Amino acid sequence: MISFFTSHFATLRLEFWALLVGGVANGLIYAMVAIGYTMVYGVLRLINFAHSEIFMSGGFGGLFVLRALVGNSTPSGMSSFVLVIVGIVSGALVGAILAALLERVAYRPLRRRNAPKLAYLISAIGASYFLFNMAGKEFGRYNLAVPQIFNDHPVFTIYGAPVQLYAIIVLIAGLIMLVVLDRIVATTRLGRSIRAVAQDAETASLMGVNIDRTIATTFILGGALGGAAGFLFGLGSGVVFTMGFTPALKAFTAAVLGGIGNLRGAVIGGLLLGLVESFSVAFVNGAYIDVVAFVILVLVLLVRPTGILGERLGRAA
Amino acid sequence: MLQVKDAVVRYGAITALHGISFEVQQGEIVTLLGANGAGKTTTLRMLSGLHAPSGGQILFEGQDVTLTKAHQFSALGISHVPEGRRIFPQMTVEENLEMGAFVRSGGFGDDIEKMYSIFPILKDRRKQMGANLSGGEQQMLAIARALMARPRLLLLDEPSMGLAPMIVETIFKIIGDIRAEGTTVFLVEQNAAQALRLADRGYVMENGRIVFTDTAKNLLHDERVRAVYLGESVEGS
Repeated sequence: MISFFTSHFATLRLEFWALLVGGVANGLIYAMVAIGYTMVYGVLRLINFAHSEIFMSGGFGGLFVLRALVGNSTPSGMSSFVLVIVGIVSGALVGAILAALLERVAYRPLRRRNAPKLAYLISAIGASYFLFNMAGKEFGRYNLAVPQIFNDHPVFTIYGAPVQLYAIIVLIAGLIMLVVLDRIVATTRLGRSIRAVAQDAETASLMGVNIDRTIATTFILGGALGGAAGFLFGLGSGVVFTMGFTPALKAFTAAVLGGIGNLRGAVIGGLLLGLVESFSVAFVNGAYIDVVAFVILVLVLLVRPTGILGERLGRAA
Repeated sequence: MLQVKDAVVRYGAITALHGISFEVQQGEIVTLLGANGAGKTTTLRMLSGLHAPSGGQILFEGQDVTLTKAHQFSALGISHVPEGRRIFPQMTVEENLEMGAFVRSGGFGDDIEKMYSIFPILKDRRKQMGANLSGGEQQMLAIARALMARPRLLLLDEPSMGLAPMIVETIFKIIGDIRAEGTTVFLVEQNAAQALRLADRGYVMENGRIVFTDTAKNLLHDERVRAVYLGESVEGS
């Protein structure tokens, strides 16, 4: 048995900046996935437990598209830049399509017959098992590396800590997507319809909002972010049929931590979780790193079930 | 303008409306009276597609809207001010008004200014969240939000509920003004005296049926109405 606690305070001092950058990058990936949970919760008041497979599908989507485009050579410069964008867009597209399908097949039929919440939960878990087992059967049960589309190297250092190109890509892509989503929800007509359905679906329909279409759009937006996050994650850690499970469960923790139903809460929760995990290497044995997130989940549920920002449904901005 | 013929609404095994028929003419204020649970709110919800009738027919301006979906009514020209006001709590007053114009394309800034001139209090509160308004302000916002769609028929569900008499007075005066500007009004009310003084005609519902109808003036003096809905004993009046 490895002991749970360690005291590598020296690590904390020496690696502070590296841990910070790593934590923010991971946190942004959690945030992108957490937004999918929180948005669907906003309009349907239920957790989409198949969201982990949307994340996974984005990883495979980006992987296959890049395999088709890249041979054995490592592109550089402008072509690397374009390929990163192509990978993100492919992941987002596959995630969005799968999310739309899930809504149609696993959720809408239940909504039509006013099924109890438990039915949605079982339906989602069933869909999740179906999807990752299908992926395992079709694509193999081993970890696949995404084709090398850039030469990962330290680009600059902060106080001696090297910042890798991969981290920079995640930081920039993640920030752009989160800001764009925030603006869509806060300022567009589509965003207004999502917030209206989250606050009072029936009254929204009296205003002319098509509830079915709005729910589908919400899945699609969350799916696009989740799929893109899956690609970014796969870019660093490889792609495998079970890849969605742990990151998505952590992202769910992040959504609860920030306040489920609250968009900015999901971002804050994701970043916070990423940082806590990253810095916990100084206090907790590395073998237990995945445990940290779930200890946080249990603590939040015990102490403040509404999360940091609380449930401000439909506020979203 | 609106014709309802033998409409039946069921909730599972329970029949809420047993084949009701009524009509509203262009330019009228028609009120629907009845005790709690008589089926007034169900009738309004049926008229805006929130409960599909399982029998009968609804015609609006000659068009069959019996099975039209809730989100399509706003564009057809029917706006519904729901029971309990149902303001979007986490949207500002202005955003709530914009939601009212959701189906309209193009600019509606003039309409917002017009609502502020009808309900000046809303202008003062324009940046406040719906949840932080008083009951009277919420009712005004609910009516203004419905008017933002420029309806030809306005459905009002208990606009006086839970409000102080002075505010009820204001709201009923504004309902009169709305009609004067050409919008037809179908009004569900518990406050029968107030509703009948404003309306042209009325229908009285009991247990999911329309039991009688007359001009508002006649209903106001009808002994059955006075006894049951105006809370007066017949001899004492």
